[in-house]
Amino acid sequence: MNFFTFEEQLIPLDQWMQTFVNWLVINYRDFFQGIKVPIELSLQGLEWFFTTLPPLVVVLLFAVAAWRFAGKGVTIFTIVSFFLVGYLGLWHDTMITISMVISSVFFCALIGIPLGIMSGRSDRFQTYLRPCLDAMQTIPPFVYLVPVVMLFSIGTVSGILATIVFALPPIVRLTSLGIRQVHPELIEAALAFGATSGQVLRKVQVPLAMPSIMAGLNQTLMMALSMVVIAALIGAGGLGNPVVQGLNSLQIGLATIGGLAIVLLAMVLDRITQGMAKK
Amino acid sequence: MNKDIKISVKNLYKVFGANVKQAMKMLDEGHEKTHIHEKTGATVGVQSASFDIRPGEIFVIMGLSGSGKSTMVRMLNRLIEPTSGQVLIDGEDITAMSDDELVKMRRKKMSMVFQSFALMPHLTVLQNAAFGLELDGADKKAREDRALEALDQVGLAPYAQSFPKELSGGMQQRVGLARGLAVDPDILLMDEAFSALDPLIRTEMQDELLKLQAKVKRTVVFISHDLDEAMRIGDRIAIMEGGSVVQVGTPEEILQNPADDYVRAFFRGVDPTNILTAGDIASDTQVTIIATDGKNPRAALQRLIKNDREYGYVIDTDHKYLGLVSADGLRAMIDRSDHELRLSDAYIKDVTAASAGASLQDILPEVATHSSPLPIIDENGKYLGAISKNLFLKTLHRNQPEDMPDTDQAEKEEV
Repeated sequence: MNFFTFEEQLIPLDQWMQTFVNWLVINYRDFFQGIKVPIELSLQGLEWFFTTLPPLVVVLLFAVAAWRFAGKGVTIFTIVSFFLVGYLGLWHDTMITISMVISSVFFCALIGIPLGIMSGRSDRFQTYLRPCLDAMQTIPPFVYLVPVVMLFSIGTVSGILATIVFALPPIVRLTSLGIRQVHPELIEAALAFGATSGQVLRKVQVPLAMPSIMAGLNQTLMMALSMVVIAALIGAGGLGNPVVQGLNSLQIGLATIGGLAIVLLAMVLDRITQGMAKK
Repeated sequence: MNKDIKISVKNLYKVFGANVKQAMKMLDEGHEKTHIHEKTGATVGVQSASFDIRPGEIFVIMGLSGSGKSTMVRMLNRLIEPTSGQVLIDGEDITAMSDDELVKMRRKKMSMVFQSFALMPHLTVLQNAAFGLELDGADKKAREDRALEALDQVGLAPYAQSFPKELSGGMQQRVGLARGLAVDPDILLMDEAFSALDPLIRTEMQDELLKLQAKVKRTVVFISHDLDEAMRIGDRIAIMEGGSVVQVGTPEEILQNPADDYVRAFFRGVDPTNILTAGDIASDTQVTIIATDGKNPRAALQRLIKNDREYGYVIDTDHKYLGLVSADGLRAMIDRSDHELRLSDAYIKDVTAASAGASLQDILPEVATHSSPLPIIDENGKYLGAISKNLFLKTLHRNQPEDMPDTDQAEKEEV
């Protein structure tokens, strides 16, 4: 064996990984299937909500949200976009995508905000967390699609899980940043008046980090939307489907309208959540 | 527990950075701060500080930046953990307190006002003022009532629903003060509370503080780098330099007997005639004549001659000041008349005693116009001593920069 020519593989990491995932699948399948349950529940609830409501009511809901948070222009844009998507024959797919995105963002917030708070308050925790976040953001999603499918099987829920991995970092980072940006003298003042550590968090740090947390939520939402097509590769429904179908069968038109609907939805959700962040 | 001491600081040290142990050991061995920093990388913030703060006084801790005064005040409520030493508040050592006890003490006993105001930008003025009470779990109604009362005390009740950023700096600091007062603390820590304000507003706030203090006597620990401020509001002043407390005393004591060149330099340029009172410098080296019934002018004259003095200060047996006589005046009276002589007939009419509380500036014309030293009495009319022209000039000189002629300086300050 020659150690310096690099002609043969000396570290069979790929095989180890393979063995490890196989071992996980065989021994812990129940555990991973269990993780799916809450996601499945929330997704089903949202899907039921958006698909059983009359489409005009859904349009009205988003229009009202746009009106409340983002003003007249965005409201008109929202109504026009939803009608356009409907006329393009993508209403049902759009509703599925909205449900997927909302449940992804919900779980990202549920996991990400506490992680962000911990990393904002502890330098050591941040040191450990940072490489994980870097990895989550830089590993191409295709790399973890295979283990996700092996552990969770195909379907929309697996799509959401992959989306959570991809969309989690911004909310963690921006929550942490928001907590760290609170002026130290405000924390000092709170302590001087007898605040406990929990009170400092609840009454000073979180309220003041709110704009940053909302910005993180907005970023996470955008990233979740951008995962829609990739999630469709592993059987998630929604607007990713026409794109993937179009790609597979070279139907340029189908891919175009799918892409257009995603962009419109992204713009509508972005403007509304940005408006929320400012309030 | 001593009732006359509210806060007692005992041999307090704070060393920042790594190698605290080594740094403390080197301090014990008497090494210089800079030397310790080079050797260990640790910074000595405060060293061997000891002093007592009395209940109800305004105690000013004064020093330039880097003197450790901000560190010092933060050790009084343990926002900064002392490296060694004790802080006793009402006889209780706060350095030994558990976290719970500490939180309780901060909520009940003391509050703090900050240089940067440190108001919560997401809360209204009212909510800011109620902040301490909210932390303590007071219900909404009770805490807002108290907060409104406190805002009223500083004249900001109409702004209760505004946000801090809508107010001027002076008004913001009033909110900071109201927040401190709302919890009704025994002790108010003020960390350069007025330093960020412009001079006019600063004076206004100092007056405000003195006014509040006149109503309810709290123990105020006031950090300042401004000597005028310290002189103006301080009952007593502690001067810090390089982490050590170099001198503690009333403004007058420090002005008259600066502990070292550092303190003297601090007080350079301060007009002593504004700070010192007649009582501070009056000397009782003059001849006093006790006016008993049997004393006649001849005996008084004899006493003056024997002591080789021109003037005598007549007092009664209770030390009460009666009048001033001169040797010339007594002689003239004795020569002139042959009937029964009374000492009171010889009193010099146009000299009236000044009270001990009068500032040197007030008595300057009196001292200047009469050839006799000016008699000084306390509030009960008791004779304390007298101030001669000589003594007055000496006092001025001792507090003047050496390179400036005394009298010029005094005049300049007056303008």
